[in-house]
Amino acid sequence: MTTNVQAQARPAQKTTTLPPVVILIAGWLIPGAGHFLLKKWIRGTLLFVSILAMFGIGIALKGKVYGPNTAELLDMLNFAGDLGNGLLYVAARVFDLGQAAEQVAIADYGTKFIVVAGLLNIIAAVDAHSLAIGRKAS
Amino acid sequence: MTISHFGAVLLFSLFTSVVFGITQRSEPRLMIRFGVFCFALFVGGTIAASWLMWLIKH
Repeated sequence: MTTNVQAQARPAQKTTTLPPVVILIAGWLIPGAGHFLLKKWIRGTLLFVSILAMFGIGIALKGKVYGPNTAELLDMLNFAGDLGNGLLYVAARVFDLGQAAEQVAIADYGTKFIVVAGLLNIIAAVDAHSLAIGRKAS
Repeated sequence: MTISHFGAVLLFSLFTSVVFGITQRSEPRLMIRFGVFCFALFVGGTIAASWLMWLIKH
């Protein structure tokens, strides 16, 4: 018995003329922007609200926003995660948000919210890129 | 802003599940199903781990 295990790549419906890399970068800089460019309005809005809310809650909980560092491995990884927030990260650095030392246990939750928001944003941007190149069907 | 530990779990699970649902499935119906599944796993897993820690302590 033979089975066809080769996945057939389905060409995605063209919804934009922009290069996929532009969609990837836009999705990274602004949460959901990659999906907006692909005219996936509801998905883009849900992603934007979710990631923005996680980042905002993290800041409100007095979570820490990491800067470039060569201290400990975890600090460097946290910085990499934070960087995933794109322009939100830049705004936090410019307006000096998340720079206070963590004094309460709940602030550590805030730090994790910010890092995870960045990681989720990267997933969302890659998803938009996958849609743009046809790797993901719809 | 202050938030309870369980409140933090619910918010974290909600937003993370929304993103997972949208990005890991292709059809809207499957997205919702997977999002709900992730949310239940996040919250259920946290509650189970909490009870496990309580049992270890006592």
